[in-house]
Amino acid sequence: MTLQAHALSLTLGNTRVLDNISATFTRGRVTAILGPNGAGKSSLLSCLTGIRLPDSGGVTLSGTPRGQLDRRDLARRIGFLPQTADVHWDVDVATLVALGRFPHRGRWGSTPEDDAAVAAAMAATDTTMFADRIVNTLSGGERGRALLARVLAGTPEWLLADEPLASLDPAHQLDVLDSLRAIAAAGAGVITVLHDLNQAARVADEILLMRAGQVIAHGPPGEVLTPDLIAKTYGVAAHIGHTPQGQRYIIPTGRL
Amino acid sequence: MTPTRLNLALAAALAAAMALSLLAGKVWLPATAWSLTDPRFLIILELRAPRAVLGALVGAALGLSGAAMQGYLRNPLADPGLFGISAGAALGAVISLFFGFASALLLPAFALAGAAIAMALLALLVGRSGSMLVFTLGGVILSSIAGSMTALAISLAPTPFATSQIVTWLMGALTDRSWDDVQIAAPPILAGGLLLTCTARSLDALTLGETAARSMGVDPRRLQILVILGVGLCVGASVAAAGIIGFVGLMVPHLVRPLAGHRPSAILLPSALGGALLVVVADSLVRAAPTVSELRLGIAMSMLGGPFFLALLLRMRRQLP
Repeated sequence: MTLQAHALSLTLGNTRVLDNISATFTRGRVTAILGPNGAGKSSLLSCLTGIRLPDSGGVTLSGTPRGQLDRRDLARRIGFLPQTADVHWDVDVATLVALGRFPHRGRWGSTPEDDAAVAAAMAATDTTMFADRIVNTLSGGERGRALLARVLAGTPEWLLADEPLASLDPAHQLDVLDSLRAIAAAGAGVITVLHDLNQAARVADEILLMRAGQVIAHGPPGEVLTPDLIAKTYGVAAHIGHTPQGQRYIIPTGRL
Repeated sequence: MTPTRLNLALAAALAAAMALSLLAGKVWLPATAWSLTDPRFLIILELRAPRAVLGALVGAALGLSGAAMQGYLRNPLADPGLFGISAGAALGAVISLFFGFASALLLPAFALAGAAIAMALLALLVGRSGSMLVFTLGGVILSSIAGSMTALAISLAPTPFATSQIVTWLMGALTDRSWDDVQIAAPPILAGGLLLTCTARSLDALTLGETAARSMGVDPRRLQILVILGVGLCVGASVAAAGIIGFVGLMVPHLVRPLAGHRPSAILLPSALGGALLVVVADSLVRAAPTVSELRLGIAMSMLGGPFFLALLLRMRRQLP
């Protein structure tokens, strides 16, 4: 029930983007990966999904080294929502979401189980009512939900999302955060790269702070989102407060 | 229209077009010529029937390759001709004409060898990367190298006869083809078509881009090899049989998309059937047209394809933000 990174290192060009990273992620929890630009967040995510192979170190899925799982099995268990959301042909939403069944489908078309998973994913993301619309004609928020539905249709044990809030307005950001929480509540592990400290504080059970390819801290938001660690990660001073409802907010007040 | 209905309609139209093409030509053969005792039946059996079958095979190969290439490169302007293999096959054929080995068997053999070398070079160029950028640029570079070698062969041709033979051949046509040509072209086209059919679902996954497709379990290296081999066999055998017939692979998927939907796998079979239909009809028209010498099919397709390409570009430009 865990996804583990063991001493991952990755060099791209002359830059060491991941430097001996080890971390354990647990299903049923939302983990937010935070860090400044170029910290290696997306590289860590792509090493965890298996899109990129690290130079050294490895990833184990519930104790099994990833190398021992075949491509299809891995794709069934780890769903990946990339940051760039290009949809290259004018396909409708139902067709897009059905692509999520790709690793499950047999040679001879879709089974009732596939259709049920697609319907459930569309219901969960509230996209059923535009099933017949062409994805490229949707608004940014609708499109984001349709792309999330695609990943959910694969019923993955793990959802890895790279900046799912990018280019969404505050209302849609909250919607996506709620769906991430719901996915974790249903038993899947959610690992997401975020930029907004406040959203991370809101959604995450655990936060992994990264800087220059290394882990600065990994733990519950209360322990990790401290002025000290934020200064160490981002090089900024931060004011941390609480709303009357008890929600933590973080305001960067200046460069250190 | 449901996919099955569309495919059935296209198949029926193709069957009708092939039957009509047996009648059409400089000499019209009425239905009364259809008996074993009529001397004109020989024209049907030995000239027009193989030509119709070859036209259908070549058209299907080009249409299917075009649909697969557009899906693979996620670019509606991609054409199988852009990718080095038809230029390689043409160069092979030109070399055989240059040295005067223009027998019914040697020319296609040289063309297939040229296509195979181009495929191997392309596979070597892209290496283990599975990257589409390298693939596209590699194809363009191979095309231009093969094109310049072809031009070299034309300019150094030993006799004016060889020059004119090369130039005429390059224009592409189905004139005077026999069952031998069908026998040479059919196996590679069928094999290539089968390989391209295997790419269908991976092409669908590529709709979401390379990274997402990889995360969904698509093996980019395997897909690339399937595309290179499949398009290589289809296009190589088509060029070997008929010379260069451009634009079929570009046009047909566009004509099919409004009917079949945009999902790359959904347009593979309709594009094959549509390509066959287009080539059989066009070939019957150039044969029946009242010109003194027969209009070359390759020229006719370019006359059709150029304006089509332009219209496509203008439409895409309008849709730009």
